[in-house]
Amino acid sequence: MVKVAIFDYGAGNIFSLKNSLEKNNATVDIITSFDKANNYSGILLPGVGNFDPAIRSIRDYSKIDFQDYVQDKIPVLGICLGMEMFFEKSEEGNEKGLGVMEGEVIILPKTMKVPHMGWNNIKIKKQSKILEGIKDSSWVYFVHSFIARPKKEEVVKAESDYGINIPAVVEKVNFFGTQFHPEKSGKIGSVMINNFLSECKK
Amino acid sequence: MPLTKRIIPCLDVKNGRVVKGLHFMSIKDAGDPVLLAKKYSDDGADELIFLDITASEEQREIIKTLVTKVAQVIDIPFTVGGGVKTLQHARDILLSGADKVAINTGAVKNPKILTELMELFGKQCVVVAIDAKRNYNTEKGKNIFSEGDQKFWFEVFIYGGKKETGLDAIEWAKKVENLGAGEILLTSIDKDGTKDGYDIILTKGIVNSVPIPVIASGGCGKEDHMLQVFKETDVDAALAASIFHYETHAVDKVKQYLKENSIPVRL
Repeated sequence: MVKVAIFDYGAGNIFSLKNSLEKNNATVDIITSFDKANNYSGILLPGVGNFDPAIRSIRDYSKIDFQDYVQDKIPVLGICLGMEMFFEKSEEGNEKGLGVMEGEVIILPKTMKVPHMGWNNIKIKKQSKILEGIKDSSWVYFVHSFIARPKKEEVVKAESDYGINIPAVVEKVNFFGTQFHPEKSGKIGSVMINNFLSECKK
Repeated sequence: MPLTKRIIPCLDVKNGRVVKGLHFMSIKDAGDPVLLAKKYSDDGADELIFLDITASEEQREIIKTLVTKVAQVIDIPFTVGGGVKTLQHARDILLSGADKVAINTGAVKNPKILTELMELFGKQCVVVAIDAKRNYNTEKGKNIFSEGDQKFWFEVFIYGGKKETGLDAIEWAKKVENLGAGEILLTSIDKDGTKDGYDIILTKGIVNSVPIPVIASGGCGKEDHMLQVFKETDVDAALAASIFHYETHAVDKVKQYLKENSIPVRL
């Protein structure tokens, strides 16, 4: 069994993510700081909350810096806000992001309904470990008001069309991010969770 | 492909059991909300809404247990509402595993609860349920609509449609959006239970006034009504209860019908 940890920023429903991981045979701990030696095979940054408080909860209560904790080997899955935190900064807040990917997070333009809420399909652009076995144009569930603007195009593995292109899946070395919620995306989402857990086992 | 239109079955729950007539051959206990949630989810529902119509406050613990049990068996989003008046109550529901909480009377009585919830959990968790009814006593300062030679405005009602508020539904929708609502669940009291179709005028009025997603509710008696509300308004989702209670109108069949009529749905 693979053992992973969900970082809880203290804001909202992480129940379904835990549930989805357990259904895919993972053992799941909920953690609120990075301060013990890391004996997890994977880390999840969930998708509920607000940028600044979430960044502060990671930074201020941990003895060990996030990047030192995971280095370039422990797979990390950032979902929605969790993925947004990978970047350098966000229009949602003033805090610096985790900065594991270059670029920023901006608010969705007001020309569309915000939040972008509901089922949209993904256009797969490049191979990604998370997307193994996933067909192009698969439906996934989005609910977000901000989008990533990565500096380097190659981190974007799948996009979604909402009047503008939304980076839906990003990947860089051991960092995986989805703007949508795999834990709320039916069977398709479950395949992605399972793909992430397979990475954790390696 | 744009965002799909969402089809949302609604379940009324009382003391932890689904009430109203349900007629499923495949489920022995049609009153079990967990079994029904699983069935709807498996049939392709895009989301689920549970409305807790439990009368007494003491019974409210039941809903927390139920929310957790439902969250364990489905992998689509779900909203829980009904009688949510305090921040604590809303928190309990969200932390038990619901993705969104719907507030109606509680928001009218204490609008700042919406801002508090938004700050804690984010806008996407905050659904404001608006129950609106046509008021033919047209007053100055209200948004007036007409059908045939009748003129009316839409008044917000609370306490399950029992008490009028004097609030104009259009203005109320704009206000709740400003306060922190991420979505509006819009029910027509005039149409609710009629199986006559959604209130198109009301739905259009609200959808065109706010920049957040709106769910149409009240009056759906057949799949054609869903088609109509999606064709004639820019509404994002349609809620129905009774039509899904029979196997002949399974969620997947309704969605297939919508797709054949060029409505973008997830199938």
